[in-house]
Amino acid sequence: MPVSTVPFIQEPPLTVQADAARRRIEELLRAEEELILPRWHAIAKAPADELREIYLALLSGFQEGEDLTEVRGALAELSRSRARQGHTPSDTARAVFGLKEAVYETVERDGTAEALLGFTWFSRLIDDLGLFTFESYASAREKIILDQAEQLLELSTPVVKLWDGIVAVPLVGTLDSARTQVVMEKLLQTLVDNGAEHAVIDITGVPAVDTQVAQHLLKTVFAARLMGAECVISGIRPQIAHTIVTLGIEFGDIVTKASLADALAYMLRRRGIEISQAERPRIAVRTEHR
Amino acid sequence: MTGDGPLPIVSNADIVAVRQQVRTAAVESGFSLIDQTKVVTAASELARNALVYAGGGQVRIEVVENARRRGLRLEFHDEGPGIPDVEQALTDGWTTGSGLGLGLSGSRRLVDEFDLDSVPGKGTTVTVTKWAR
Ligand SMILES: Nc1ncnc2c1ncn2[C@@H]1O[C@H](COP(=O)(O)OP(=O)(O)OP(=O)(O)O)[C@@H](O)[C@H]1O
Ligand SMILES: [Mg+2]
Repeated sequence: MPVSTVPFIQEPPLTVQADAARRRIEELLRAEEELILPRWHAIAKAPADELREIYLALLSGFQEGEDLTEVRGALAELSRSRARQGHTPSDTARAVFGLKEAVYETVERDGTAEALLGFTWFSRLIDDLGLFTFESYASAREKIILDQAEQLLELSTPVVKLWDGIVAVPLVGTLDSARTQVVMEKLLQTLVDNGAEHAVIDITGVPAVDTQVAQHLLKTVFAARLMGAECVISGIRPQIAHTIVTLGIEFGDIVTKASLADALAYMLRRRGIEISQAERPRIAVRTEHR
Repeated sequence: MTGDGPLPIVSNADIVAVRQQVRTAAVESGFSLIDQTKVVTAASELARNALVYAGGGQVRIEVVENARRRGLRLEFHDEGPGIPDVEQALTDGWTTGSGLGLGLSGSRRLVDEFDLDSVPGKGTTVTVTKWAR
């Protein structure tokens, strides 16, 4: 049985043929731009100006001896804008693959052997670019998610002013160390900015307090103390209290309260503000001079 | 949860994921709110130890059952440096890091069964079980 049926001698002519085939595709892309671009636009459902930019980059890339740097740049931009708009990565890659279909119609009309041969080359090139687009889409998306996570981190840790000189941070959700760090720094900064002397850290919304969270809480309370401010930890629900005690964490002389309301009442008292409940359900506030 | 294979612990985000999975399993196994919180907290400690001291590891979460009740078994495994003196590591307040030194000893108190198997130079496996009451 013969090992190979392809005669070695055919190779040089094949290369020559391939070159001619590529050139034919380039010629068609240039000559039929008016036809191909709108067709691609119809298939891809992507912004016409962005597609035109990619198309022109592709043409000038061919002129530079298949230097596709600019095309990749344009594709990465397309990926970014589509990722922001929430398109799926397959949609985005499909938009790129759509160029094959648009070009094939022109190749078919042309009907020459060069064009058909050239199309297999062109098709492979677009596949590569499509995959590149998919990858840039994925990394663009990842970046957006990371950014959002950071924004969320900021947003989900509000420091609120409860009273003159009293601020509160309601902690909600799972505390990982990055988040706890952000919260605590923000609280200390707010104490400085507002000249507040009292702070409430409310953990009603925290599902579990482990040694790390406890340590962050303790450190914050002690740092606040060094700045001349007093912290109260509130919102310690029964299951959290049980767990903290079983773990063996000691809060020492740190004041803890069951609810945010209790903590506020305590702080107001500390500031010499007395709250009394009238017979009718109404709250009267009287400030004493200290 | 059972048969899902072990969960990786290689980042802080994984510790959050472990807590959430353990919470779900505990709810499904009929744990009281207090017991859910205890087992979730123990899981958080053991997962963090694997990450901090062994550079990562994994946990297998299993729902177990005996004649009388259902429970959760968590098996944390890492291939880190191991613990040379287990007794010392289980002492309240003992730490080689900057923690409170309460993770191991505290977890032991939070669960019903606690088994620590560590081979220096090879790694550490901590298996804990908590039963629904
Ligand atoms: N998986 C492990 N591999 C190697 N060493 C460990 C591992 N788990 C714990 N240790 C060692 O045991 C010590 C005690 O652990 P433990 O979790 O009780 O306290 P900690 O992690 O130091 O502080 P905390 O958990 O209170 O924040 C650690 O400091 C560490 O030296
Ligand atoms: Mg620990």
